[in-house]
Amino acid sequence: MNRTMSDISYEVIVGLEIHVQLCTKTKMFCGCALSFGQEANTRVCPVCLGLPGALPVMNRQAVEFALLAAMALHCEIAPFTKWDRKSYYYPDLPKNYQISQYDLPLGRHGYIEIPTEDGRTKRVRILRVHLEEDAGKNLHTAGNFSQVDLNRAGTPLLEIVTEPDMGSPAQVRALAVELQRIVRYLGVSEGDMQKGHMRFEPNINLAITRPDGQFRTPIVEVKNLNSFRALERSIAYEVQRQLDAFLETGVTLQMGNKSTRGWNDVDEVTVLQREKEEAHDYRYFPDPDLVPVTTTGQWLDEIRSRLCELPLARQTRYVAEYGLSDYDAGVLTAERPTADFFERALAAGGEPKRVCNLLTQVGLKLARERGGDLSCLGLDPVAVADLAKMVDAGTVSATAANTILEAMAATGKAPASLAEELNLIQTSDAGELEGIVDQVLAENAQAVQDVVAGSKKSKKARAFLLGQVIQKTKGQANPKVVSEILERKLH
Amino acid sequence: MATRDLTAIELRDAIAERRIRSVEVVEEAFAQIDRLEPTVGAFISLFRDEALAKAQEVDRRIAAGEPVGALAGVPVAVKDVLCTSFGTTTCGSRILEHFHAPYDATAIRKLLDADAVIVGKTNMDEFAMGSSTENSALRKTVNPWAPDRVPGGSSGGSAAAVAARFCPVALGSDTGGSIRQPASFCGVVGLKPTYGRVSRYGLVAYGSSLDQIGPFGRTVADAALMLNVIAGHDPADSTSVDETVQPVPDYLDGINEPVKGLRIGVAPGFNAGAESSVCAAIDAALDVYRQAGAQIVEVEMPHLDYAIAAYYVIATAEASSNLARYDGVHYGYRTPDPADYVEVYSKSREEALGQEVKRRIMLGTYALSSGYYDAYYLKALKVRNLIRGDFVKAFEKCDAIVMPVAPTTAFRIGEKVDDPLKMYLGDIYTISANLAGIPGISVPCGLDENKLPIGLQVLTPAFSEARLLRIARMYEAATDWHTKKPAMVQ
Repeated sequence: MNRTMSDISYEVIVGLEIHVQLCTKTKMFCGCALSFGQEANTRVCPVCLGLPGALPVMNRQAVEFALLAAMALHCEIAPFTKWDRKSYYYPDLPKNYQISQYDLPLGRHGYIEIPTEDGRTKRVRILRVHLEEDAGKNLHTAGNFSQVDLNRAGTPLLEIVTEPDMGSPAQVRALAVELQRIVRYLGVSEGDMQKGHMRFEPNINLAITRPDGQFRTPIVEVKNLNSFRALERSIAYEVQRQLDAFLETGVTLQMGNKSTRGWNDVDEVTVLQREKEEAHDYRYFPDPDLVPVTTTGQWLDEIRSRLCELPLARQTRYVAEYGLSDYDAGVLTAERPTADFFERALAAGGEPKRVCNLLTQVGLKLARERGGDLSCLGLDPVAVADLAKMVDAGTVSATAANTILEAMAATGKAPASLAEELNLIQTSDAGELEGIVDQVLAENAQAVQDVVAGSKKSKKARAFLLGQVIQKTKGQANPKVVSEILERKLH
Repeated sequence: MATRDLTAIELRDAIAERRIRSVEVVEEAFAQIDRLEPTVGAFISLFRDEALAKAQEVDRRIAAGEPVGALAGVPVAVKDVLCTSFGTTTCGSRILEHFHAPYDATAIRKLLDADAVIVGKTNMDEFAMGSSTENSALRKTVNPWAPDRVPGGSSGGSAAAVAARFCPVALGSDTGGSIRQPASFCGVVGLKPTYGRVSRYGLVAYGSSLDQIGPFGRTVADAALMLNVIAGHDPADSTSVDETVQPVPDYLDGINEPVKGLRIGVAPGFNAGAESSVCAAIDAALDVYRQAGAQIVEVEMPHLDYAIAAYYVIATAEASSNLARYDGVHYGYRTPDPADYVEVYSKSREEALGQEVKRRIMLGTYALSSGYYDAYYLKALKVRNLIRGDFVKAFEKCDAIVMPVAPTTAFRIGEKVDDPLKMYLGDIYTISANLAGIPGISVPCGLDENKLPIGLQVLTPAFSEARLLRIARMYEAATDWHTKKPAMVQ
């Protein structure tokens, strides 16, 4: 994206490193359950505590989840991969090395499609996808000591590194949101930002063009962002800060002047953490405690069979195929249970727009109230399709249908019996309605005159008469049929 | 005959047949310990009460006709590098001097399940780094054959315990010869199984791709009995081998049957650098095999000269990473008054790790450093592959390779402590089996002019322990070196 300020223009360049916590039953290399909010150091064992003599054993489910995500990100899957030790000393890292993947990541050279502001899509290249174990947490509560909670140590993390293909804070956010949607769709992560399931580290710099030449600002990595808002804002802040810094100092990108900054969520500024990129030597080497992983064709085929249509593709298809608005399609595809439900209702003969309205206006609202996704309502997609058909057939009004859907969620009864029970069946019997129309016309001569005169009041009077008929039938008259009778009688 | 002179098999059978009670055996073991341990110093910790309680339980169950395990009532010592949920697991280091492991190593669990009576945990070179047990920060162990000499190492305490008749069998660990060399120095049998045959879960790691747990005994059959108990796949150790691929046989089955048409391989010039008494003993051993009908064939081992160099790169590289966890933060020794968290690391490690451990951590860290990785670690891995290849080729021409265990017999305490390179060169014959992952055994084959034991090393292909034991037994059956006792136990 080019921005101009009189004689200077610049382009924003962002690459993103994302850590996604996988929702496996157990940790990456031991049998401990994953943990959130438990009492410190209660979800631990000799392996994740890094005790002497303990050995890691690979969690196959984590590898399958990682492979599934790598496939969804269109990566080349490594036929042979291994585990490497990454050495550094930190109190939250019990072995003082992290088991990760160095030169043979599970996936590489992929891409992700993200929606852009103009309603199109953009392809961002994925450099690599690999699996590693998380560290614990250092707690600095009080006193001149720190405490370490190792409940999180050993949790499987998927690390995804993109190429620097994003050109605006909004694009970075779009990628993050899209990735969240993908991992949730695949069922490999809960993607819960509040629980730290997704952590972002953008690398940001600017390509500046001035009459005296082209310049690149030093790359800044912003560490450990765990909300979309912080991600977007920190990049926006960095763009301005780097521009100002360049104009003031003229310092450009050089070997070794990449710096690391943290995000202050309160003041909404980035804060310098490490001036120069330290010459980290992680002394990677293959972990001799773990055997290499061969991803055989049969295993990969089995995993590939769990792939599904990705949310963005689904959204685009809903617009093209069903004529839904982009907004509605977005709402329907935001969560996989909604989209899957929607498609099952369509398969049962529901009209797309009608089903969409029922789900977006009532279904999702109810689900949110219950704190779950659509599947928590226990609705049968076939019954919802039946309800949509009743609206289309004029058996019930659209408004009545919403009431019926709520009742279906509450009682589990079929829409037809609920319509009767709740007295919501519309009268479409022309004979019966004709009598009522005659009665209304007789009682409202002025309005009839206004319609017939074709005056300015004509439209309003016609609506008034329709309303009177509906009222007399206690709302059960089919407005379409009544309109037709009125039309005929008033000409 | 005192029970301490019986083998594990003899004891086990006598206890099972109620000819003797386990309690008596264990009491006699502790009487021997009380008598000689002040001189020998084999143990870091002893479990007298627990051992007697276990012995009583075994006796009671046998009396009640209940089934018991393969080592029921037999006293066993274990190297203090194996985690036990009872007592401490020190690895001979100050940094773990008071460390209580919350779990049992798989090999320990298997011993307990076999109803063995664990009498104590034995001394060792700190973190199994050494060839004399002099690097222990906690104890001094001497050779029962000559108290001014080292027992070998790093499993010196286990070898000395068996030689001193504290117990008939013991467990050690072997990363570059740490079972075979002390077995040789102490005149007992020591077996290093194939890498992957015995679970390493709970074995405190030194060089993870080389470490293997194995038994000591005074006879080949006792080593086989111990291997029967500890061998097998363990889901907790990914590097332990699947038994559907490599089944675990009964290693005692047919152990006394000589291998017909046996071909013993020797590498030309294999004993260059070995003391003349050692060379003579090995030559004599080859004659024993010849007389048993074996054919001696020459095999080429062109890359053996590089074994020590490759070993000390690979083992130290892995060690530098494995020992990073001893940092004063989570468990073990912590410096009393650190200025900041970096000092928790640096001072705790400085104060509580020994010289040899620090030396190897430095070597390994260097070998893995960026810019040096290819030149050292990667090259060492290539050498390792070549050595593996040498063995594969050699075993096409022979069933077993014979060579000395060590170039010398037990040396004097303090003789080599200031010369690490000289110490490292003593590992020349044992290291290649660890690099290749193959099994090797040390069997007593003579005494030198100072009445110090000499060991015969036999190596066979991976997962052929049953054959290895039979071949070793052929030698043992034809000689009486294994019946010789140190003066202090006569």
